[in-house]
Amino acid sequence: MTARQPLMLLAAVAGLVGIVGVAFSTGRYPIAFPDLLRVVWSWLGGAPHGLDPTIETVVLQIRGPRVIAALLVGAALAAAGAAYQNLFRNPLVSPDILGVSSGAAVGAVLGIFLSLGIVAIQSMAFAGGLAAVGMVYMVARAVRGHDPLLVLVLAGVVLGSLLGACVALMKYLADPYNQLPAITFWLLGSLAAVDPRDLWVAAPLLLAGLLPLWLLRWRINILSLDDEEARALGVETRRIRLVVIIGATLMTSAAVAISGVIGWIGLVIPHFARLLTGPDFSRLLPVSVLLGAGFLVAVDTLARTMANIEVPLGVLTAFIGTPLFLWQLATARRGWQ
Amino acid sequence: MKLAAQNLAFGYRDRRIGSDVTLELASGEVLCLLGPNGSGKTTLFKTLLGLLPPQAGAVLIEDRDARTLARDVIARQISYVPQAHGTFFPYTVRETVLMGRTAHLGLFSAPSAHDHAATVAAIERMGITHLADAIYTQISGGERQLTLIARALAQEARVVIMDEPTANLDFGNQVRVLERIRVLAGEGIGVLLSTHDPDHAFLCADRVAMLHEGRLMACGAPTEVMTAENLRRLYGVDVAVVAVMAGQAGARNVCLPVTAVRPHSVGNR
Repeated sequence: MTARQPLMLLAAVAGLVGIVGVAFSTGRYPIAFPDLLRVVWSWLGGAPHGLDPTIETVVLQIRGPRVIAALLVGAALAAAGAAYQNLFRNPLVSPDILGVSSGAAVGAVLGIFLSLGIVAIQSMAFAGGLAAVGMVYMVARAVRGHDPLLVLVLAGVVLGSLLGACVALMKYLADPYNQLPAITFWLLGSLAAVDPRDLWVAAPLLLAGLLPLWLLRWRINILSLDDEEARALGVETRRIRLVVIIGATLMTSAAVAISGVIGWIGLVIPHFARLLTGPDFSRLLPVSVLLGAGFLVAVDTLARTMANIEVPLGVLTAFIGTPLFLWQLATARRGWQ
Repeated sequence: MKLAAQNLAFGYRDRRIGSDVTLELASGEVLCLLGPNGSGKTTLFKTLLGLLPPQAGAVLIEDRDARTLARDVIARQISYVPQAHGTFFPYTVRETVLMGRTAHLGLFSAPSAHDHAATVAAIERMGITHLADAIYTQISGGERQLTLIARALAQEARVVIMDEPTANLDFGNQVRVLERIRVLAGEGIGVLLSTHDPDHAFLCADRVAMLHEGRLMACGAPTEVMTAENLRRLYGVDVAVVAVMAGQAGARNVCLPVTAVRPHSVGNR
């Protein structure tokens, strides 16, 4: 296992670079691979590429931010999903289990409803996601005498459906010509409207969420044991769990704020990664990050090239994710018991 | 290393399960806790481990109140072998044992080569080297129990608390685990274990404590405490304690249930 690991990581990184290359060169304005390399080289400070400036605009201004956003969002959702699956000892858990997505949705929809600007909408989505998880955590702390994880999940489900009702109410009241399409578009998830400035905000938040997950990687393994057993092994479970929830929530909120609601990645990708690496979180996390990033770049490339109109990302990930997941469920049992 | 309970009352939130328990466990000693189902053995263990707060009295680890100690400090002193169970993710036996090293790792560290070596040694000591790369969720209950004991060894604590370590084992493995417990005591580790088989106390214990309805009914050397009278009070069935010659081991007491029920013998009818 250990001998195979660096090789596998190398293959995953190579695959990711390949997917990114394809993502940059395909689209309504195809760019040949050598041209792409020359543009990137000149951007890095190398020799001027001497090509049509349109090519540079497409690579650096249009596709660049979008591909980077896809990498970040995919990686964040997959990493958060892997952490939550360990934390809740359940491979069927996704990053929005504690209501991040519904909270973010309420924030964003409210922003659209009030006709705010894009930056305000994203900030509200981010704040909404954090607030929802904060509320779920408070409720779970207030309810005592039950399995703390079960209470967390139930509180998340209940609060999530309440927030869902809020979203439905605002959709019902929204102006059907301007606001409703924007709300629907946001709820389906898209990277089409990503601005380079978004990335400068989202990327540090994503890294800030990822860092504690990586640092606590061994302790997160222990969290997947029975709570009392984990404590007997010397882990302050409540504190570590809180840090993991904060980290994963931060990543998910930041991702949802720039991309809208994209399901399935946080559920399916860690699941597949676990098949490749086994359950050890220190191996699971990097592989989940790479697979999640690659998957979303590939799906987003498909979303903008497969038809004349953009296919919503959330729809596409569901169409691809569901059969993959079912196939995996039917054929393999090694991932979990 | 000394683990002590002083006038300990224990239980869950609003339910008291036991009280007035005063116990001491020294290095190199095997203390066997006997008690019927529901007498509070597991709850007492969890309280001694600091997993449940004492309702009265105190747990002292090296004369320090356990409530003032951080989890990893306690874990370096006391390890816990729970009853064999399933896990949620398919870790290998090696990974499971490696988790015993957690209390020795910094908050942000992953196990080092030294931790891996300690893991291999612990697996060897339990005689399950052939299972090292097997998946924990796919091995038998007895093998899981041995894995959990190996994990406790990897933890390198001076006291090991084992909750019914023989419960899932076949006859041969029961004896092997009890022998292993004696070896651990010989190495200076204090072992506190619970069992449902009084004979196990005769086999491996230096002292026996009897927990009856949450209170210590008796505590002392096995031959003094484990009388027919005490066992009848504890379990509510008639028991005879008789000495038998057990080969080279010499005389040893065993417990025999005295009951009117007999299997039908077809030939005698």
